[in-house]
Amino acid sequence: MSVPEKRVKTRIDPYVDAYAGRTQGLKASAVRALFAVANRPEVVSLAGGMPNISDLPLDVIGDVLDELVRSRGPQIMNYGSAQGEERIREQICEVMSLEGVNASPDDIIVSCGSQQALDLVTRTFVDPGDVVLAEAPSYVGALGTFAAYQAQVVQVAMDENGILPEAFRAATTAARAAGRKVKFLYTIPNFNNPSGILMSIERRRELLAAARELDVLIVEDNPYGLLAIDVPPQPAIRSMDAEQVIYLGSFSKTFAPGFRVGWALAPSPVLKKLVLAQESATLCPPVFSQFAVSEYLSHWDWRAQIEDFRAMYTQRRDAMLRGLEDHMPAGTTWTHPVGGFFVWVTLPEGFDADQMSARATSHRVAYVPGSAFYADGLGSRNMRLSYCFPTPERIYEGTRRLGETLREEMELRSTFGFMSSSTARRLPSGAHQDKSRTTSRSTGNPLNTSQPTGGD
Amino acid sequence: MAQHVIVVAGGLSHEREISLESGHRVARELTRAGFDVTMSDMQPGLIDLICSLDHPVVFPMLHGGAGEDGAAGEVFELVDVPYVGSTAVACRASYDKALAIPAVARKGLSVPKRVVLPHDMFRDLGASTLLDLIEDRLGLPLFVKPSASGSALGTSRVDRIEDLPTAMVNAYSYGRVAVVEEHIAGTEVAVPVFDLGDGPIAFPPVEIRPASGRYDFEARYTAGATTYVCPAELDEMTIAACQDMAVQAHLGLGLRDFSRADIIVRDGRPVFIESSVAPGMTDTSLVPLSLASAGQNLTEVLAQLVRMAAQRS
Repeated sequence: MSVPEKRVKTRIDPYVDAYAGRTQGLKASAVRALFAVANRPEVVSLAGGMPNISDLPLDVIGDVLDELVRSRGPQIMNYGSAQGEERIREQICEVMSLEGVNASPDDIIVSCGSQQALDLVTRTFVDPGDVVLAEAPSYVGALGTFAAYQAQVVQVAMDENGILPEAFRAATTAARAAGRKVKFLYTIPNFNNPSGILMSIERRRELLAAARELDVLIVEDNPYGLLAIDVPPQPAIRSMDAEQVIYLGSFSKTFAPGFRVGWALAPSPVLKKLVLAQESATLCPPVFSQFAVSEYLSHWDWRAQIEDFRAMYTQRRDAMLRGLEDHMPAGTTWTHPVGGFFVWVTLPEGFDADQMSARATSHRVAYVPGSAFYADGLGSRNMRLSYCFPTPERIYEGTRRLGETLREEMELRSTFGFMSSSTARRLPSGAHQDKSRTTSRSTGNPLNTSQPTGGD
Repeated sequence: MAQHVIVVAGGLSHEREISLESGHRVARELTRAGFDVTMSDMQPGLIDLICSLDHPVVFPMLHGGAGEDGAAGEVFELVDVPYVGSTAVACRASYDKALAIPAVARKGLSVPKRVVLPHDMFRDLGASTLLDLIEDRLGLPLFVKPSASGSALGTSRVDRIEDLPTAMVNAYSYGRVAVVEEHIAGTEVAVPVFDLGDGPIAFPPVEIRPASGRYDFEARYTAGATTYVCPAELDEMTIAACQDMAVQAHLGLGLRDFSRADIIVRDGRPVFIESSVAPGMTDTSLVPLSLASAGQNLTEVLAQLVRMAAQRS
């Protein structure tokens, strides 16, 4: 074929020079691309955090929605208040009271899921270069929001009781000494995503004391608090202080995420700013969804429904812990969550969970590599496993496949000298053969985060 | 009645996401051309779907794995349904770089010096000994890649010998055989080849200039991360040599309908890297860009491939 005379030079996307600098982090990723395989039915996905809502009373919800549209259609399908509808804000107070929060509906703003509440809080407080403190590790969606507002994220060490107050103090002091403004500390105290760790009540008090002393706001994100398994719902940090804490809540895990109804409870001056921010962002949160959730809360025993969810997630959590016990090689540790959706696994030295994800896909099991939960490349030896969606049988099978993946990976990495010979010798050839493994119950720091390995 | 076309995309390969994107684009183009198009994953029910339609044509857009290694083609031949693209036998020969590169070298095409080794060899003979031999043979820098994979997945450039073990592990994450090649410094181009009924013709080479200097997964699939120049900024003779190499590879590997040859031009001479039997059709893919540069309509080209496949039934 003859070659055309006119030469085209293109970067494919004609708008590429017009995008804001903050979009530069939005790039294709080979690891993320692997998640496409996780949606296939052959694959056991221990990756996603999607709640299992198949036990919801769909007939009741259908009747409620039907009646809602017939009786109040013109109202619920119109614009509403930027702060959210008053009735649901009253009901949100009732929900929060289960965790000791005494609040007024006037101090609540409804949002499009708590993710949008976090977005509103971040846009209200953060200028480019400001410091946001977060747990290490922390929710990948929050890290994405902070990056979008060009915050500098500094992650603060945790132990089995949550954030270490001394690490919080040190991080704040260091940031300020470097001339940075520390805008808030973001925490998921109940069954942290991704670690599953529950912050102890004592630690909550200590953290709050440190926050007051340092004059740093706490943003308390609490999507999983009512899904406690072996413990009663814990008092929210917000229940201990109304002025130092912005509380974020959600119906996504206790009812259904598709309605996208969450909220923020904030000190009055902050709330006013959030309402203005909401007006510019969306005019108002989805009115139809707010009424739908409100009617569900009014017509259904939602407390009993949450009890059902807790029982269901208990079975799944137990299946995962049993599977890990049976299939993980020696030297692997993991957390033992008493609520929420996630187990945080730390692999033996020499592993790289990012690199291993392709092999896991070949074994038809998926997880989220730990590095996704760090802003600075840590977490290469960690994996987040979620037990919320697959059945207990599938979860157990997923851990078996993960065990096979690890054994192959360990052999490969031993060949190339990434693992000590003693680690390699502990390689189990099958399940139930090596009970010397340790878990966070018996070892030190369950988070045990590594530097990126590459070749240590 | 419109011709039925089943675009098969997705599958269980590591390139599933890219495959779905390519498949959706092909389906859109063929629908625009007036075909009755159904998208299907590689899943139970596909054979029933094929059997339920009146003389369908299958258009596989499966990247990696069963799509490019010939397995899918084998199934289509078993069901006796005509399909677009290379035969199962040819796919097998071209997808495995360990087989394809020697095959084209035997046809006289210039190829990189390389070593092809399964993981077991390192385990059995000792990694450090073999890695030393590889360095002695090929020098630095090196490219390490899985023998059977695409989209640069599992591929690493190695500038320091101490990084070679990591690169090997990365490649073996995608398959049991890895290829270690000498690094060819030069102008990277991709040359589509289409046979629209009159024999294979090479289209204008697309020159690839990744902003990061490496045409890795991120540079391939993040719009804006790579500048593409078509035709490549090469002299006429070199362009012709690249096109000739692409056609020779297409013929030498026994490919059918279309392919894309990846070539690096070093000191004015093309070096063959690999041929793809299921080149991407995404928004950032090179084949649509080359066709557009040549004034060819992608819709019409894809439609012609379907018509030719239908005649093979």
